[in-house]
Amino acid sequence: MDTLKAIEIRGLTKRYGSVVALDRIRLEVYRGELFGLIGPDGAGKTTLFRLLTTLIDPDEGQASVNGMDTATEYRNIRKTIGYMPGRFSLYPDLTVDENLAFFAALFETNLHDSRDLIDPIYRQIKPFRTRRAGKLSGGMKQKLALCCALIHRPTVLFLDEPTTGVDAVSRSEFWDMLAELKAKEISILVSTPYMDEANRCDRIALINEGRILGIDTPQGIVTDFDTPLYALNGSDMFGLLKAARRYTGIRKCYPFGQTHHLVTDADFDAARFTESLTAEGFSSIELYPVEAGIEDVFIQRMENGPEQSHIG
Amino acid sequence: MDRNKVISVKNLSKKFGEFLAVDRISFEVERGEIFGFLGANGAGKTTAMRMLCGLSYPTSGSGTVAGYDIMTQGEEIKRHIGYMSQRFSLYEDLTVWENIRLYAGIYGLTRRQTLRRTVELLDRLQFRSEIHTLVGLLPLGWKQKLAFSVATLHHPEVIFLDEPTGGVDPITRRQFWELIYEASAAGTTIFVTTHYMDEAEYCSRVSIMVDGQIRALAAPAELKRQFAAQTMDEVFRILARDAKRGE
Repeated sequence: MDTLKAIEIRGLTKRYGSVVALDRIRLEVYRGELFGLIGPDGAGKTTLFRLLTTLIDPDEGQASVNGMDTATEYRNIRKTIGYMPGRFSLYPDLTVDENLAFFAALFETNLHDSRDLIDPIYRQIKPFRTRRAGKLSGGMKQKLALCCALIHRPTVLFLDEPTTGVDAVSRSEFWDMLAELKAKEISILVSTPYMDEANRCDRIALINEGRILGIDTPQGIVTDFDTPLYALNGSDMFGLLKAARRYTGIRKCYPFGQTHHLVTDADFDAARFTESLTAEGFSSIELYPVEAGIEDVFIQRMENGPEQSHIG
Repeated sequence: MDRNKVISVKNLSKKFGEFLAVDRISFEVERGEIFGFLGANGAGKTTAMRMLCGLSYPTSGSGTVAGYDIMTQGEEIKRHIGYMSQRFSLYEDLTVWENIRLYAGIYGLTRRQTLRRTVELLDRLQFRSEIHTLVGLLPLGWKQKLAFSVATLHHPEVIFLDEPTGGVDPITRRQFWELIYEASAAGTTIFVTTHYMDEAEYCSRVSIMVDGQIRALAAPAELKRQFAAQTMDEVFRILARDAKRGE
């Protein structure tokens, strides 16, 4: 087995009744990599985590973590991984310190052995060390859960949507913590529904409805966007959206923050479109080419289906 | 009373023991506006929203929502607003028709009103063929459209949307915003919270809460000017960074 790979997944399929939760997933995470699984609810992210953390078995395919097979060597895998599920899963009626002590005892270790890993995070919740976990705020719970997941010095960390429902500033702080852990040579697989977080990862997989829509570096995946893309801005944004959709040569138009994004044919004439908008009575029109973002790629691949090369 | 102010509150505060969760917030929302209600975690957004929806009475302050007194008429407010969140909207194990009937009943519509509005709703969404489909079997985008329409079945003056697009794919998220645009163009007032900063750009006006107070309130373009920022994300970061309470 290749120990350069922290995680190796080959043709993994999981079904729940007639629903295909994961469809022939193929994916590798290298040692020391911060790998992001980017996709909306129902994409299959949690199912993939449950398979890799040996909590459920696949219907088809095979996966290994640290070179060990998830189906046969699950006992050893569990000793070397840390898992932070999407749902808060600590004991709400134990205090911060009691939770830590409990998880340390469970893994037959003590807080000293993982101090260097945990301290930078623990420091932020220390003022609340005697508070019951159930009474902590969302951000604090998340930090405590991360501490507990690190207590046995795992080499691979699984974080299932750690930033969901968290405000933009706290999310950014959480990613800073992950960057520190990565510097300590922990391989991290982290999932998120927030596409803007993709840029914090070394590599990402876009996932939707059980299928991988692409795997690459965040930069690589956006440079793959191969149709012209424009940003449109003006006085009546909703009106502009409808006008752009009526115009021949514009394949798609959708809101994108403060502008609309237009996916156009190769021979789209921006100046002529601007003129036609002016003629329709729109004012303060700005129309210019832009580089695609992760969401543009995600939208395109959702509509066109995954790239063949990424299907196992 | 100015009927164009669908929400109008002054110095609204909520205290839990010694803790001042919401600290004298004042603002007005006009008919047809899309009002974005943003804030850091723990800023008091949820508490403020509960007061506006008639679910909890303020400790002090004054104001009206949909024409009813926020200090005394919580029950009336509840009946005259719409509410939808990502976490709770429709019953997945009921059919489309059963969900509509259930909510029509809750909102106190008559049988005739229910039938007429159901037909309207189904035609608008081109949903007639799905009337007996279990909601759980509908694609997410359809479910959201239906949830939004059901939440406005009683023609409320204002609809409160609590993180309606959390965890939703980028296509469905945009379709949902178009629904919001349409409703607003038709005169429904929208009050919406979100953690997606690109969605803040879609609002007519945005307020940002920090430590129980509203620290900024203006149109997105105006806020970006005020804070010399390129995006609403930057504006939010500048304000939330100074949060003392934060957690």
